[in-house]
Amino acid sequence: MEPIKKHTGIGVPLRSSNVDTDQIIPAVYLKRVTKTGFDDALFAGWRKDENFILNQEPYKHGSVLVAGPDFGTGSSREHAVWALRDYGFRVVISARFADIFRGNSGKQGLVAAQVTQDDVELIWKQLEAEPGTEVTVDLESKTVTVGALTVPFEIDDYVRWRLMEGLDDIGLTLQHEEAITEFEASRPAWLPRTQ
Amino acid sequence: MDGVTGIKPRTLAEKVWDAHTVVPGKGGKPDLLYIDLHLVHEVTSPQAFEGLRLEGRPLRRLDLTIATEDHNTPTENIFSTIADITSRTQIETLRKNAEEFGVRIHSLGDAEQGIVHVVGPQLGLTMPGMTVVCGDSHTSTHGAFGALAFGIGTSEVEHVMATQTLPLAPFKTMAINVEGTLKPGVTAKDIILAVIAEIGTGGGQGYVLEYRGSAIRGLSMEGRMTICNMSIEAGARAGMVAPDETTFEYVKGRPHAPTGEDWDAAVGYWKTLPTDEGATFDREVFINADELEPFVTWGTNPGQGIPLSQSVPFPEDFGDENEQKAASRALDYMGLTAGTPMKEIPVDVVFLGSCTNSRIEDLRAAADIVKGHKVADGVRMMVVPGSQKVRAQAEKEGLDQIFKDFGADWRFAGCSMCLGMNPDQLAPGERCASTSNRNFEGRQGKGGRTHLVSPLVAAATAIRGTLASPADL
Repeated sequence: MEPIKKHTGIGVPLRSSNVDTDQIIPAVYLKRVTKTGFDDALFAGWRKDENFILNQEPYKHGSVLVAGPDFGTGSSREHAVWALRDYGFRVVISARFADIFRGNSGKQGLVAAQVTQDDVELIWKQLEAEPGTEVTVDLESKTVTVGALTVPFEIDDYVRWRLMEGLDDIGLTLQHEEAITEFEASRPAWLPRTQ
Repeated sequence: MDGVTGIKPRTLAEKVWDAHTVVPGKGGKPDLLYIDLHLVHEVTSPQAFEGLRLEGRPLRRLDLTIATEDHNTPTENIFSTIADITSRTQIETLRKNAEEFGVRIHSLGDAEQGIVHVVGPQLGLTMPGMTVVCGDSHTSTHGAFGALAFGIGTSEVEHVMATQTLPLAPFKTMAINVEGTLKPGVTAKDIILAVIAEIGTGGGQGYVLEYRGSAIRGLSMEGRMTICNMSIEAGARAGMVAPDETTFEYVKGRPHAPTGEDWDAAVGYWKTLPTDEGATFDREVFINADELEPFVTWGTNPGQGIPLSQSVPFPEDFGDENEQKAASRALDYMGLTAGTPMKEIPVDVVFLGSCTNSRIEDLRAAADIVKGHKVADGVRMMVVPGSQKVRAQAEKEGLDQIFKDFGADWRFAGCSMCLGMNPDQLAPGERCASTSNRNFEGRQGKGGRTHLVSPLVAAATAIRGTLASPADL
């Protein structure tokens, strides 16, 4: 995973709440067995509408998505994160994220930055007043900056650290190999085994 | 016990969490939790197996891992080659991976094949106090046993395969107290739809829900599974019910259940799991079971639900501007006019199935309603058992014949029309009364319109042709 400390890119105001993972990537695109190449699948249903924001210049070149509350609800599909990442998004800003989506983001180098809905509204206004406005998301200071506006965002400290260091979770866990083996020895014998 | 040892009273979720902590997190780091059971299916696993292969890592605990095929599988002509090439590739990839790594798999055609969340409990692999994960958000189903069970993403699937653990930040706890007695015709599905309408699709974010109270205690294991299944629709990764005699009775005698002295030891432990007297939850919600009615969704998220006796709401009934916009967009997508009584809405399709409502009790309840009737003109009904075992049981009881005589399609096991990944889909504009769990735009097929309902409402709707409860017949 590539480290990410700070990102600047065009902000895309997506004025929808409850953007579920079926909208981010419809199920029909989940049949692939690779981990990349999902850029065409992002918002595939909505992108058929020519008025959809990602069909408009300059938003189509965006890399910071600013969405309504409860982003990423529904299915656990990590494909939603892959599709956002493959399209070019590095950051999603929302007032509330679904838990599984938030977890998946952190593992794929996509920043899920939580700001208040009031701040989302302010950012939306700026991005709509001047399409193509760049948004800077700084993980060091935990701030989002758009023009003269700078607002704080929330992110789990551990996730933030891993994002900034670009660390692989499995490698980190395997440092505890001994503790895992010890734990396994203490598990009751009656617990089920599949084989 | 806790009173004696002076340990702080704990909730069910906290006890299971503590019993699985391998390495406690320090300085803001997550705890490392041990995973007792990893369920695998074809959609969220290929990239995880690929990750292991690329890193040269083995799958650590094959004996705690089991795979089944469900999302992509057709529910008719199951012995012919799967027509859709990408679906076929995904299924074949799972089979190849299972063989290469040595994972037990129940493939299409196998007597134990079915929806992953129906198969686990049925085999007795899901038990109280366990940690259960799967690359599927409806893993919350297994919480009905008092297990801590939740959906994970593909990176986490790979992580569990490699380490049998997951780094997790502790959850908050929320008690959902459902006290009282359900009226006839009101089911577990109506309870959970009412809960979601109450706390909203984001209300459970960051929480483990514990369903408590007399109405929950009175439910069968299958009803409890229906409720825990849809915890994720309230935003919660996991939902739980404390184990009791109903739980033990259900587990006992299943293929993987402990026997003899092991059984006694297990039950002894399970009895220590319920939330201690004096334990506190971060949030409590109260639902009066006496007042619940059959529930139905009118919109495009599971929180947009109302009692079936009411009418389609007006967008201006909602508090803030965002909700008004969401409501008006939902009505537009659903092709509904505000003010229309829900019971006057005609449907094209009725779907009885999915990991929410495809177990034997669901089929029995629906068969009981449709018996001796004919499906309404112009309505197509599909009945899809959750597993081949459920299908076999239903056939033994003659339920298949009741559904066929009624005019419904009797299918093989799978996720089917719950999501648009297999041949069972709605056509654009078609309206469906569905016992599944998500009414998102396009969920059951592009342009399809979904009303989430209980098996009883599904059956009554199939008879009348418009949304209905058995009392309306």
